[in-house]
Amino acid sequence: MNNLLKLFQSNISVINVGLPSFADDLKKQGVPVVTLDWRPPAGGNTKLLGLLDKVKRHQAKLGY
Amino acid sequence: MVDIYQANVQALKNIQTAQPVIKGIGKALEVVPGMRKNLFLHAGPPITWDRMSGPLRGAVIGGVLYEGLAKTATEAEIFAASGALSYEPWHEHSGVGPMAGICTPRMPVWIVENKVMGNRTYCTLNEGLGKVLRFGAFSQEVIDRLRWMEMVLAPLLKEVVQLKGDINLKSIIAQALMMGDEVHNRNRAATSLFFREIAPVILDTHFTDAQKKRVLEFINGNDHFFLNLSMPAAKAILQSAEWVEGSSIVTTMTRNGTDFGIRIAGLKDRWFTGPAQMIKGLYFPGFSDADANPDIGDSAITETAGLGGFSMAAAPAIVKFVGGAVQDAMNYTQKMYEITDAESQSFQIPTMDFRGSPTGINILKVCELGILPQINTGIAHKDAGMGQVGAGLVNPPMKCFEDALEAFVAKYCTND
Repeated sequence: MNNLLKLFQSNISVINVGLPSFADDLKKQGVPVVTLDWRPPAGGNTKLLGLLDKVKRHQAKLGY
Repeated sequence: MVDIYQANVQALKNIQTAQPVIKGIGKALEVVPGMRKNLFLHAGPPITWDRMSGPLRGAVIGGVLYEGLAKTATEAEIFAASGALSYEPWHEHSGVGPMAGICTPRMPVWIVENKVMGNRTYCTLNEGLGKVLRFGAFSQEVIDRLRWMEMVLAPLLKEVVQLKGDINLKSIIAQALMMGDEVHNRNRAATSLFFREIAPVILDTHFTDAQKKRVLEFINGNDHFFLNLSMPAAKAILQSAEWVEGSSIVTTMTRNGTDFGIRIAGLKDRWFTGPAQMIKGLYFPGFSDADANPDIGDSAITETAGLGGFSMAAAPAIVKFVGGAVQDAMNYTQKMYEITDAESQSFQIPTMDFRGSPTGINILKVCELGILPQINTGIAHKDAGMGQVGAGLVNPPMKCFEDALEAFVAKYCTND
């Protein structure tokens, strides 16, 4: 707990994963924020994810 | 059980080691595989007359007039729709055509060969910008220019190649990237380098001084002359990866003005299509996006080979032609590394510390990351007979890649 308190009492820098708007409030308070360009695999499309998973399982059988 | 990763390594090896050179010029009917007297080749995936967009129809009409099959545009249009002609994609005949891409039986074509594997590719000669057949224009000046190209330009350049021997296209493209080209919508350096290669030899041909002068002026006055060489060079490079069993590398991206189509190394001869998209770009004075046709042309073969939009960081000046800022050009190239399997061993980008261009689009990465290939392109007027109205940036529809992935998994991962 002590360490957590120290963290919030020190100057913090933030990596924002997800929508850039998540970081807006922090930016307004002058907190340095880097937004990671991240999106869910296959855009969250379950059909595509299933197909990609089949490729990974296929390759796993070959030792990958 | 096919090892997909190893298949892609093999496809990339073929692509990296390909050596496209100019072998000569021939008449399409005599040199293009499968060419027939009643066949017109076009850009993009297969399409019938009834679904063709304005610029493609315009180019067909111009082709009918050029072949002497009709005397007026009206007669030509009736003839084109009559069923007397067959229409097939250039890509199914080892070739490529910019924009509408129309090639008729008597047109002269470049013959390019990959010296490593011996595969040959073909492309018409570039007419210049503005009112030209490939943008769907078919006025008398267009037809007259095509006839001069057939009667003087092509025979003269054919003699040049005979005198000079093979001309190494990979080397010219590599140098051009060092000089600010990406060899799709910016070919100024590549055309200049090509001009330096052939100008002294032009003087040695048997043609008259007036003919030599006009040929020199024509090439010198057309910054896009090399496009019709960078395209068959890119095609020859990618053809070396067709049809590597088990590979998920894209070997074709192309558009006919109605549909966008892709083909995959491990899925022989199969097309995966979706609607051609509208282009975001800059328009010539007097035109706007209301005049624009959807995306058209085989020239996305350059992007497929890691050039064009994939190498825009090498050509910052291109943003003046297609729109955006220099940083955008850098970002496009940076992003393309995420969906490709390799960096070119031949084509380097000086502004990225000579990093190899992003090469080998992998459908698995496109689908997983949701990042679409970046293409820069010319914009044709939506109506037949009008020509080019601008240039800009466009992406393929995701549907092509999703359908290709589904077919790929159905073929190779059925027991998983």
